Amino acid sequence: MTDLLYARAQMGMSLAFHIVFAAAGVALPVLMVLSDWKARRTGDADYRLLSQKLAKGTAILFAVGAVSGTVLSFELGLLWPEFMGQYGEVIGLPFSLEGVAFFTEAIFLGIYLYGRERVSPNLHLFSGVMVAVSGAASAFFVTLVNVFMNHPSGFTPTPSGPVDVQPLVAMFSPGWQYQTAHVLLSCYQASAFAMAGIHAFVLLRHPGAAFHRKALSVALPLACVTALLQPLVGDLSAKHVAREQPVKLAAMESHFETERGAPIRMGPVEIPNGLSILAFADPDAEVRGLNEFPRDEWPPVAKVHVAFQVMVGTGSAMALLALVTLGYRWRKKAWPQGRKLTWAWLVAGPLGVVALEAGWLVTEWGRQPWIIRGVMRTAEAVTPVPHLAAPFWTFTAVYLFLGVTVVFLLVRQVAGTLPGRHGGDAHGH
Amino acid sequence: MATEALLGFAVAGTFVLYALFGGADFGGGVWDLLASGPRKKEQRALIAHALGPVWEVNHIWLIVGVVLLFAGFPRAFAVLSVALHVPLTLLLLGIVFRGAAFTFRTYDTRGDAVQRQWGLVFSVASVIAPLLLGMCVGAVVGGTIRVEGRAVVSGFFASWLTPFSWVVGVLALCLFAFLAAVYLTHEAPTPELRDDFRRRALGAGVAVFVAAVAVLLMARQGAPRVWQGLLHSPYALALHAGTAVSAAVAFALLWTRRFAWARLAAATQAGLIVLGWAASQHPYLVVPDVTLSSAAAGPTAQRMLLVALVVGALTVLPSLVLLFRVFRPGPAPGGGR
Repeated sequence: MTDLLYARAQMGMSLAFHIVFAAAGVALPVLMVLSDWKARRTGDADYRLLSQKLAKGTAILFAVGAVSGTVLSFELGLLWPEFMGQYGEVIGLPFSLEGVAFFTEAIFLGIYLYGRERVSPNLHLFSGVMVAVSGAASAFFVTLVNVFMNHPSGFTPTPSGPVDVQPLVAMFSPGWQYQTAHVLLSCYQASAFAMAGIHAFVLLRHPGAAFHRKALSVALPLACVTALLQPLVGDLSAKHVAREQPVKLAAMESHFETERGAPIRMGPVEIPNGLSILAFADPDAEVRGLNEFPRDEWPPVAKVHVAFQVMVGTGSAMALLALVTLGYRWRKKAWPQGRKLTWAWLVAGPLGVVALEAGWLVTEWGRQPWIIRGVMRTAEAVTPVPHLAAPFWTFTAVYLFLGVTVVFLLVRQVAGTLPGRHGGDAHGH
Repeated sequence: MATEALLGFAVAGTFVLYALFGGADFGGGVWDLLASGPRKKEQRALIAHALGPVWEVNHIWLIVGVVLLFAGFPRAFAVLSVALHVPLTLLLLGIVFRGAAFTFRTYDTRGDAVQRQWGLVFSVASVIAPLLLGMCVGAVVGGTIRVEGRAVVSGFFASWLTPFSWVVGVLALCLFAFLAAVYLTHEAPTPELRDDFRRRALGAGVAVFVAAVAVLLMARQGAPRVWQGLLHSPYALALHAGTAVSAAVAFALLWTRRFAWARLAAATQAGLIVLGWAASQHPYLVVPDVTLSSAAAGPTAQRMLLVALVVGALTVLPSLVLLFRVFRPGPAPGGGR
């Protein structure tokens, strides 16, 4: 592999790793506060235990998210010094505001985790809310940077770098509404599905476990609502991509020839006019194909296409499950308890994270060969430092190790709540 | 004052805060590694207790500094990222292992053996990271990073592997250990534990003095431009005099067991050392080829960044005050978890 590929692989790996923890850092506090609030309203010990477990989970995931995020903030320069050296000032504003959000998140998480016995119950709950709000804000701001990279605005490019820099314009580059909404929803969706999957797993083995039944009832509403909203927001986002980044759309759909009334092709199946309708809400709209663009501006078509199919496929599956679950809830006035649906939630548990990673890959691969679309190529931005294989393999090993450890720790958190285990943790402290 | 000077001051300010808070966390790790005597276990427990609620907050000053640097002085950030690629990467590994190990140790209670392993990872990373941080600073002031146009021409090792950088690294390590020990005297719940850390603070204070003298002596050869700055800039001289005074005061207060005040004096001393460094290399960001003004962002970007700084300060400072009020050392440690 070339050093450019190693640099991209290291950045990609760091982001793929960080993104899971970042998503959990956005969503788990919401679930934690919800359980806490339910516990306070009902006085139910199970909800209190649930909020404590979620707080511990948040602490572990947030810590790993914080350190891997620190790595990313350095890697921006370590791997892409030309990008940061020239455009750091253009995108510095959202990064700074993200820093502020990150700060308040860490402060109030400290108060929430360690202050249960030191602050009033209201201040405690308020701290939890602040953690949730800050988490959402930091995801929002950092997504704005990605929006800029996909659709740069707010400066005039010259050979020696950007001039007439307007940071506020750059911060809200076109399409920011769709991408930020899509990303935020995906964080809540991925976390809620993962949590539902975990508790479904326990319930299949211990159907009577009240604690896990209640935990499921906290996760399911968030999972269902996000799973149904996401396709709508995703559609708006895709329409924006179709208008503004036709190459990316063509790669997503593996669409080579420009045509009017373009169909959607999925293997042997073909939906007539499907793509034109999806992309432009017009059955006869013209969809530009890859062949219309210079070959050296194509993203890696096969990868983008597969990632997109995975995202759409998992997203549809989750939406379908949400529909069935909500239908059940509406008819029976209760969250599903049967084995079949519980199995379905177990299987769907990882889908949110899969969709999140796949969707992010669509954006990032789809932007190649540009680091800032149309302005700077990834190859121009890369560091001159040689032997980039060394840091790549080092960080890969470190992240693998950390990932395995975190899973191990979370499994132990859940294991402590299984029926029949000693209940010291459950009803004491 | 020009906006770039304000921003430069803000960058220096975040480095001061990172040294005072994040540095003390590293120092806590050092004393975790060096825990000894009959109260070994209590020493480690005290460190964990003091760090728990605040380490993530303390760590964020570094991120704020980095963001201010690349948003306010993007060209300097690019140069440093290339020239110091290797030590910064190693520093990152240290930061990752330190944070992860500390959290895993806190939340994984499988027994003493596992805790000890995480503890060892945590404390070794806490020693290596400040050393590397100091070496990077040594390279920045030493004038060994050379830039032509936008390209770094001094290689990837030569600039930070100088004797001068090593000494600065050692100074950083001693300073952080000193800060942590002084803070911990005030946090300690029992007189015996307090005495443990008083002894450590006094010892580390001597080490800081020795390392600082070594840095000054070697600056003549290792950082000639800064040596000049030291002699000719009245600000730098005043700052160094202030450092000497606060060091003596901190030592006297420790000696006479006035720990709350010793804490303040030690923090002043450490803050002045960092500010003294910044003042000595002014107006250079990377001595001798990158100045504040040559690396600065455009005027609009600078102004927006200042606005963001004010917004950030208004949001963060009240929250920080609340955090430190909630966790100010009280009579009953171990009240949390």
